[in-house]
Amino acid sequence: MIVRGADRVLVQGITGKQGTYWTERMQAYGTRIVAGVNPKKAGTEHCGVPVFATAGDAMSEAGFDVSVLFVPPLGVKAAAQDAIEAGCRRLVILTEHVPVQDVMELLSMAGANGAVVVGPNTAGLVTPGECFVGFMPAFEGDIFRPGRVGVVSRSGSLGTLACLNLVQAGFGQSAFIGIGGDPIVGTTTRDALQVLDADERTDAVVVIGEIGGTMEEDAADYARDMSKPVVAFIAGRVSPPGKKMGHAGAIVTGDRGTYASKHAALEAAGVEVLDTPSGVARALRAALG
Amino acid sequence: MNFEEHAAKALLQAAGIPVPRGRVARSAGEAEAVASELGVPVVVKAQVPTGKRGRAGGIRAADDPRSAREAAGAILGMEIAGHRVEALLVEERALIAEEYYAAVLGDAASKGPLVMFSSEGGMDVEEVAASTPDRLRRKPVDILDGFSLKAAHEMLGGLGLGGNEGPAAEILVALYRAWRDNDAELIEINPLARLTDGRLVALDCKFVLDDSSVRRQEALADAGSAEPLTALEARGKALGLRYIELDGDIGVLGNGAGLTMTTMDVIAHHGGRPANFLEIGGAAYTKAVPALELVLDNPRVRCLLVNFCGAFARTDVMTAGALDALEALRPSVPVIFSVHGTGSAEARAMLRERLGVIPHKTMDEAIIAAIAAARGASASR
Repeated sequence: MIVRGADRVLVQGITGKQGTYWTERMQAYGTRIVAGVNPKKAGTEHCGVPVFATAGDAMSEAGFDVSVLFVPPLGVKAAAQDAIEAGCRRLVILTEHVPVQDVMELLSMAGANGAVVVGPNTAGLVTPGECFVGFMPAFEGDIFRPGRVGVVSRSGSLGTLACLNLVQAGFGQSAFIGIGGDPIVGTTTRDALQVLDADERTDAVVVIGEIGGTMEEDAADYARDMSKPVVAFIAGRVSPPGKKMGHAGAIVTGDRGTYASKHAALEAAGVEVLDTPSGVARALRAALG
Repeated sequence: MNFEEHAAKALLQAAGIPVPRGRVARSAGEAEAVASELGVPVVVKAQVPTGKRGRAGGIRAADDPRSAREAAGAILGMEIAGHRVEALLVEERALIAEEYYAAVLGDAASKGPLVMFSSEGGMDVEEVAASTPDRLRRKPVDILDGFSLKAAHEMLGGLGLGGNEGPAAEILVALYRAWRDNDAELIEINPLARLTDGRLVALDCKFVLDDSSVRRQEALADAGSAEPLTALEARGKALGLRYIELDGDIGVLGNGAGLTMTTMDVIAHHGGRPANFLEIGGAAYTKAVPALELVLDNPRVRCLLVNFCGAFARTDVMTAGALDALEALRPSVPVIFSVHGTGSAEARAMLRERLGVIPHKTMDEAIIAAIAAARGASASR
């Protein structure tokens, strides 16, 4: 999923502390926030937009294209269902610690209705110079700048660092897609790679992965046949096995999810894997000739 | 959250899946009593939430109560993968004809549950997949549809289970139910044995509760096993912080899982050694004060590296917390900062005014400086 400046955005959970803080920042950057949801504050206005009881009401009264969820973990499934049933086809779920089986249920619902989900546990999406949804520092000019490199990252903080390195090296980004740190997410590394492969504004892609699961191996399988260059950094090379490293999805169990496996799969697919994030820009320059 | 075998088997039993008769014992005497109560040859199994118990000597056969007592005495108190053995499962010994494998787990590729079965069990499923892939069946399930008996039968077709397809299919359906009802991340029977008398019995079981579901499965979570933690790690956990103690000398405070793992990787890449993993991203970004205390209380720390790259976690808030902690603690070790992202202009101004420090321009520079500082600090000791 790539968000555009013309997309109308709904904020579910707009009145909370984080919802408010980040809605103001999204608005200041140019994101077209059209409405919010909070069942207890329906009929009021918040951050200059109307607040509705449900996403269904927001759809019929205001209309929207993308919903971003600032909702507590146990409320996410119902909120996502509300948005999907309202006809929303693009959801961005920021919440961490959503029960995994709730995630599966909402993804199944989304799939049956043709809706695309990014997250949960993502920091969001940025289209530099146009808009952002979530909590990314899009407004920091030394980190995000319009350009032609697409970035896919499981981590918000490390994705931010990678974007900073790109700008320091003179690159800009066509889109940043934060896919989230959970073991099961709506948009996988491979899905995001596919989106950026098809995007006319993207010339090359940076993949920021981490240990745990097999998303990078799966993405390598797709990258092999891409004509756009792809370079990668994988976090967790020296992390001890058997421990969850902050993200629920970042854990090596036995032979599964190891750095070595991801590194080997990506290199075999012609994707250069860098030893430090600061090497990414140099590798890109070489790849782009 | 991992469960010990006996707790996992209780969940199987509740789901109607046969398990061997047996009971938990916490002393050699108790093990002897359970064995004589059962009145048959037994196995005595260490109860620790980790695999490879057999290889570590944690599983022994005993023909009579007397030798069950001896086996128990030998196993109790052993250390297996960081866990001290304090409980045993004493159960009737099975007469095995064949070993199968059955599991239900979350699958990132299909974004839903995956039911797995193999007619080759008793070893790691990765080994099964590599050595006899044709014997391993994998069935992705739509969680909103569920997993039917018919689907189970289709899955088992052609595996040559010798007339056991019926009971095996019922076990798979019950296993899926147990996975669903208990908010499992993984439930695995390995081996699922066909005994010489023809019955199918779950001889070992692994159950992992989804950590994000603990708050709605509190009663169940009480039966789970705590991770073995060091004193500092336990203090972190009580504070709601993910602190992992390592054996290096550079104390690390970062925000976000990815950035903090990377900080460790890049420290190692440049020849240094991290003393810990600690991240205060997400909801923990206001906890810089207790977090920094935790890092500095590790006596091996010779240098402190603070690496913030803010997205959701605002670096101005985190840096203010770090400065409060540093002013209160006045650590004797050098402190190195790298600060970028949300709120970094304010954070940098704060560092200049309150600590007289200018953060490094890049993370790599900060890390190289931290490694040099740690070496200098240990050389001057």
